[in-house]
Amino acid sequence: MANVSAVGEPSGPRPSKGFNPKRIIIYGIIIVAAMYYLLPLYVMITTSLKGLPEIRLGNIFAPPLEIITIEPWVKAWTSACTGLTCNGLAPGFWNSVKITVPSTIISVLVAAVSGYALVNWRFKGSEFFFTCLLLGSFIPYQVMLYPMVMITAQLKIFGTLWAVILVHTVFGMPILVLLFRNYFASLPQELFKAARVDGAGFWRIFFQIMVPMSLPIFAVAIILQVTGIWNDFLFGVVFAGTQNYPMTVQLNNIVNSTQGVREYNVNMAATILTAAVPLIVYFVSGKWFVRGIAAGAVKG
Amino acid sequence: MTDIGRSGAVSRPVEADKPPGLLYNIFVRNITAKIAASPMVAIVLIVFIGCTLWSVWFSFTDSRSLPNGDFVGWAQYERLFSARRWKISATNLLTYGIFSLVFTMVVGFLLAVLMDQKLRFEDGFRTIFLYPFALSGIVTGLVWQWIMNPTLGLQSTIRGLGWTSFTFDWITNTDMVLYALLIAGTWHGTGFVMVLMLAGLRSIDGEIWKAARVDGIPTWRTYLQIVLPMMRGVIVTTLVIVGSGIVRTYDLVVALTNGGPGLSSEVPAKYVINYMFTAGNLGQALAASTVMLLAVFVILIPWMIIEFGPKKAH
Repeated sequence: MANVSAVGEPSGPRPSKGFNPKRIIIYGIIIVAAMYYLLPLYVMITTSLKGLPEIRLGNIFAPPLEIITIEPWVKAWTSACTGLTCNGLAPGFWNSVKITVPSTIISVLVAAVSGYALVNWRFKGSEFFFTCLLLGSFIPYQVMLYPMVMITAQLKIFGTLWAVILVHTVFGMPILVLLFRNYFASLPQELFKAARVDGAGFWRIFFQIMVPMSLPIFAVAIILQVTGIWNDFLFGVVFAGTQNYPMTVQLNNIVNSTQGVREYNVNMAATILTAAVPLIVYFVSGKWFVRGIAAGAVKG
Repeated sequence: MTDIGRSGAVSRPVEADKPPGLLYNIFVRNITAKIAASPMVAIVLIVFIGCTLWSVWFSFTDSRSLPNGDFVGWAQYERLFSARRWKISATNLLTYGIFSLVFTMVVGFLLAVLMDQKLRFEDGFRTIFLYPFALSGIVTGLVWQWIMNPTLGLQSTIRGLGWTSFTFDWITNTDMVLYALLIAGTWHGTGFVMVLMLAGLRSIDGEIWKAARVDGIPTWRTYLQIVLPMMRGVIVTTLVIVGSGIVRTYDLVVALTNGGPGLSSEVPAKYVINYMFTAGNLGQALAASTVMLLAVFVILIPWMIIEFGPKKAH
C-alpha cells in the first residue's frame, strides 16, 4: 500500500519553462489524446441541450446554436418511458441509492473486519480462505449467478432490493478484503501487541486502534464500492425485480427499447444523469479514486 | 495483489497456560476472531466454491428452466460447440479480446510514458484519461452508440463537411461491429492501464535513469529495453486484470449493439444469460459458463506460475 502513493507524485525538478520542439510534440500528442477522451462527454452534454430539429441536421459535434433547452433533462428525469411505465429515471435513481448505500456500508464493514482478522488474528486456514477469495474474484459472475438466484429465492428475498444488496456484498468481498488486509499488514504491529498485553480484545482493538488509523483506506473502499455498485447492470437486472431496477437498467430501457421517435437529446440527458454520481465521486475524490484502483493491483 | 500466500502478519497471541488440543485449536482459540471472519469464510465456501461446483455439476444435466434435469454426460458441451451462436460468440470474444488487450496495453503504456515526462497539469490530464473508467459499461455503450450512429452521428457530420462518400457505419456493419466495440472498450479502459503503468514507471529507481543517461542510451531504448522488463510485475498483473475483465464483457455489448446486427457482436457472457433466463435452457447456459471459467483459468495459470512459481530471489 505504501507504494501506491507513488501514483501521481512526479519526482525530480519542476517542469522547465523553456519550450523545445520535443516538448511541443509531447504536449501536442497528449492534448490531442485528451480531446479524444473528452469528446464523448462533450457530445453527451451538447446533444442533451439541443432540440430534436437541430439534432436532425446531423452535426453531432456542433454546439447547441438555436436554442439551449433543459426540456430533455426534465423529460429524462420525470417522464421518459422505461419499458411499460413512463416515470423517467427518478425511480431508478432512488432504487440505485437504496441499493448502493446499504451495499457499500455492509460490504466495507464485513471486509474491514475480515481483513483485520486475517492479519492480526490468523487462524488455521485463514490464508487458505483468503487465497480462495482472491481466486474467486476471477470467476466470471455468470458461473455463480444461477446458484445465487436459488439461494436468494430460498431466503425469500429474490426480486427485492435485499437480494441485490446481498449479491453486491458477496462479490465486493475479494477486492475489499485484499485492500484492508494489505493496509492492516502495513501498520506497525507493536501497537497491536501492546494493546493485547494491556488486555484489549478483538473488537476493542479494532474500534479503538485499527479503525482510527485506517480512515484513508475506508475512504478508498467506499469510493470503490459506490462507483462499482452504482455502475452495475447485471446484478440489478437479474436480482432486483422490475419494481426495483437500478438506474443503469432503466437507462438502457429508455434508450434501447424506445418505440417510435428516438429522442436523442432525452437519451443523452438520461445518460448524463446516470453517469453523474460516479463522475461526481470521481472528480471530488480525485487521487483517492486512483489509489483505490491502483491499490489492489500495484504493489511495488 | 502480488503477495497472496506470503504473510506479513504477526504471530498469533500466545495463551500459554492451556494445552492446545486439536478441537480447542479449531473451535475455541480466538473464537471472536473466527466468528468475525465467518461471513468471509461462508462466502468463500458457499459462493465461490459451492456455487461454482454446483454450476459445473449441473452443466452435465439436461436441465431446462429449472435445475432438475437428468445426467447427460457431455451432451451440453457437444451441443455448445456445434451451436452457431456460440461459435460466433467465442470467435468474437477472441478477436475482440486480443485486439482490446494489445490496444489498451500499448496505448495505456504510451500514455503513461507521455505522462511521465514531468508535464504541467499532469493531474488534469490524468483526470481526463481516467474519467471514462468511472462510467458504467451501459453509459459507455450508449454514448458511443450515439456518436457512431450512421444517420446522425460522426458519419453525417463528416459528410456535412463536404466529404460525401465518407462511410462510418461500423455499429450496423456485420464485419466491422467488433471494431466499434473496440473503440468504446478501449476508450473506457485505457485510463486504468495508464494509471497502473504510470505507478509502475514511478516505482523504478531513478538511479537506473541516471546510469542509462551516463551511458548515452537514448530515452526510447531505455524505456523499451530497461524499464519495460523491470515493470514485468505490474504488466503481468495489469494483463490479468484486463484479461479477466474482457472475458466478462457484457453490459457494454448490451448497451452498444445488444449483440447485433444479427448475431455479429454476440459474446459468451450474453450467451449464458440468454440461455439461463430467456431461452430457458439452464444446462446449456451452465456448460457455456463452465467454458468461460476454463478460459479465465487459462489466463490465470501463466500468471500464477510467474507469481508463485519457483523463483523470487529478491
